Amino acid sequence: MLNTVIGLLNYAVLCGTAYLFATLGEIITQRSGIMNLGLEGMVMFGAVCTAIVTTLTGSVLAGTVAGMLGGALLAALHAFICIRLKASQVASGLALTILGLGMANFLGKQFKLVGNSMPVTYENIKIPLLGDIPVVGEILFNQNLLVYIGYILVIVLTVFLFKTKAGMRLRAVGENPAAADAAGINVFGIQYGYTIFGGALAGLSGVYFVLALQKSFQSNISGGAGWLAVALVIFALWRPSLALVGSFMFGLIVSFQVRLSDFGLQNIPPEFIKMIPYIATIVVLILISGKVRRSAGGPAALGVPYDREER
Amino acid sequence: MLSAQKRRQRFVFILISDGDSMQDRETVIQMKGITKSFPRKIANDHITFDVRAGEIHALLGENGAGKSTLMNILSGLYQPDSGEIFIRGEKVEFATPKDAIKCGIGMIHQHFKLVQAFTVTENIIMGDDGQPFFYNRKKAEQKIAECAAKYNMDIDPSAKIWQLAVGQQQMVEIVKVLYRNARVLVLDEPTAVLTPQESSRLFDNLRRMAADGCAIIIITHKLAEVCEIADRVTVLRAGKAIATIEDEEINYRTLSQYMMNASGVQEQKNEPHTAAVRSEKPLLRVEDLTLQDEKKVMRLDHVGFELYGGEILGVAGVSGNGQKELAEALCGLSSVSHGRIILEETDVTGYNAKRKFRSGIGFVPEDRLGTGLVANMNVGDNLILKDYFTTNSSNSLFIKYSKLTERAQSAVERFNISVADIKAPVRLMSGGNLQKLLLAREIDSDPKVLVAAYPVRGLDFAAASFIFEKLEQLKDEGRGILMIAEDLDSIFKYCDRVMVLYRGRIMGICKTSETSVTDIGMMMMGTPMEEVKRYEAYGHF
Repeated sequence: MLNTVIGLLNYAVLCGTAYLFATLGEIITQRSGIMNLGLEGMVMFGAVCTAIVTTLTGSVLAGTVAGMLGGALLAALHAFICIRLKASQVASGLALTILGLGMANFLGKQFKLVGNSMPVTYENIKIPLLGDIPVVGEILFNQNLLVYIGYILVIVLTVFLFKTKAGMRLRAVGENPAAADAAGINVFGIQYGYTIFGGALAGLSGVYFVLALQKSFQSNISGGAGWLAVALVIFALWRPSLALVGSFMFGLIVSFQVRLSDFGLQNIPPEFIKMIPYIATIVVLILISGKVRRSAGGPAALGVPYDREER
Repeated sequence: MLSAQKRRQRFVFILISDGDSMQDRETVIQMKGITKSFPRKIANDHITFDVRAGEIHALLGENGAGKSTLMNILSGLYQPDSGEIFIRGEKVEFATPKDAIKCGIGMIHQHFKLVQAFTVTENIIMGDDGQPFFYNRKKAEQKIAECAAKYNMDIDPSAKIWQLAVGQQQMVEIVKVLYRNARVLVLDEPTAVLTPQESSRLFDNLRRMAADGCAIIIITHKLAEVCEIADRVTVLRAGKAIATIEDEEINYRTLSQYMMNASGVQEQKNEPHTAAVRSEKPLLRVEDLTLQDEKKVMRLDHVGFELYGGEILGVAGVSGNGQKELAEALCGLSSVSHGRIILEETDVTGYNAKRKFRSGIGFVPEDRLGTGLVANMNVGDNLILKDYFTTNSSNSLFIKYSKLTERAQSAVERFNISVADIKAPVRLMSGGNLQKLLLAREIDSDPKVLVAAYPVRGLDFAAASFIFEKLEQLKDEGRGILMIAEDLDSIFKYCDRVMVLYRGRIMGICKTSETSVTDIGMMMMGTPMEEVKRYEAYGHF
């Protein structure tokens, strides 16, 4: 039984990391005041870029870079539309989701990638010492490289946001761009930079699906991970550490769904389990809407285009 | 009395500055031929302006005269279409606020540029490039505390902005620019949100900074303020610099002449106002009104008062002390937690906005285009916004548009509204005309009680007098008017009684003829009327 549980949790971490990257990226983007609802498109576009480049070059690193660049490219488009043209961030995000999904599925077919296994992938690396800790080591430190990068990223981003000058400026822009501007902070530069950075992390989620989780390319491989990440940002109250918790919780649901029979619950239809993340998202949204949300504080200027000369 | 006070200040000042006269002082900033136009409007038209070290220079003008635009150009927020800026004789160009900050120019905006969720320290150091990558909070807090202490400002560097009173937030803004070694301070309408006492404290600080050699520019439309504090004044009118005057020439008369001249405003009418007969019974009775917001903060704290027919009751207070909540509760825009509102004999407490309106409570809200009018609809549509359902405006299905056009025409004439095209959306109208339209709608609905929130805020002299004239007319007809206002001058001039709100509580209600600005000021800072009276009886504070 213990082994079953360890297996369940190990797989939960493996699945959850797919959400983690996109969620972290969106947290950083939203902290700058830009709402990027095109996450799902960026995850998918990142995934297809990874699949193409990995198949062509046979290099994990090249595939990873390609996926992140793909996500960043779409995010740059989003940034241009929202920051320079000051168009609706919601409309742009939705359009980019459809664009990203469409391109991914189209390119996947064109390059005959769908269903193909990747020539090289991220393999499990057991970390010495840490990996030998009973139970915990098995769950957390017997994973692939990207999972470890996820852990590090959570710590780095937390310190960055709350302890560094650059992080403070990023938060200031999302809270009150006019105040940041008057203080001499480059508002648009920061918004461009972190929107693109967020897109690159969404792309990394795509990389993760192709090279670490599924180890192949499928159409709609992300299965709505981008949308879940948008919800997770709110769930995490815009904090990287809580994003880790939320991602792994959603990972656990996926993991549980795959292993129903191990727990003698095969009578529960898998469709029902598949609904849980979405129901959880709605519950979370209800719980943190209104009062809690205002006191827990999302960025105050989120989604509002900044125009210096607006009167 | 004012001039004596000023002479004394100047005396002190001369002592500090070793007697160098105005003329010897170095010109720090020179702006030449500044022009800036916005869509549909030229905000600055070839303005020339200079400031010297150690002086307090007032930039005086009506709303929309171009004062803020000029200073936004100086602080690098806007780029001028043409014109040059010189700092100590050297030509500069500011592409961003950062460039201006580097040249020692610090702007204190009317709407504070502070991040509410940040601490004082974070707000001050966030733009500071000198901070190390991992910033040292303790060290920064210490430096800020020193800086604040130097100018006698008590602010806690680790407090969050939203926890601070408005006067303190302004201090944070000032410390922010001083921390960055600004030698030129620009303050945009700094006293708009302050009590008289907070204002005089601010002025003391400004004098201290000027004596230190800083150049101080204050943007204002209040003549009294200019007479009290300015060494020099530049008057702006309709985007042009009309005159710069110094020292002895600075007086009420000269300044108002420059400000009003040629704008077609006749001198104030001095005909005595016929006293309206105050009704026997109150029209509106408010009992124990209490309102908590979602954070459980008391916005209205057991407020009770009576409003009679034929009187104007003024509501004074620093903005954000419950005025907005009171107006909205009276007009049905928010529901109260406790208490009663009785109009004549009817309890209207639980009525929604529509029923309150129908039972005779008119409302001129603070936010004209947001709450009062629909920006993209025309004059007629806005006029029937509140009574579209009556047979006057519509039959069972259709709006009577032919009749509506007549009605709009009539309102435009009677209320002296200047509008290019009666069918054009009202967002194209100026603030004064919007306010007249709003007032026309409310007055034409024949209200028993009119709640007017800041009815003349941001209006020029002519429009403001017109609005007051209409309000007095309404009062003569025996209606009751509750007027929320921020400038005490108009409260003393037009109101019969005044009520002071502080943190949602009534500090006192008294006749304007039997009180003074100082008393009202003390109440605005939270001293109940009984205590104010007691202090006065003993002759000390």
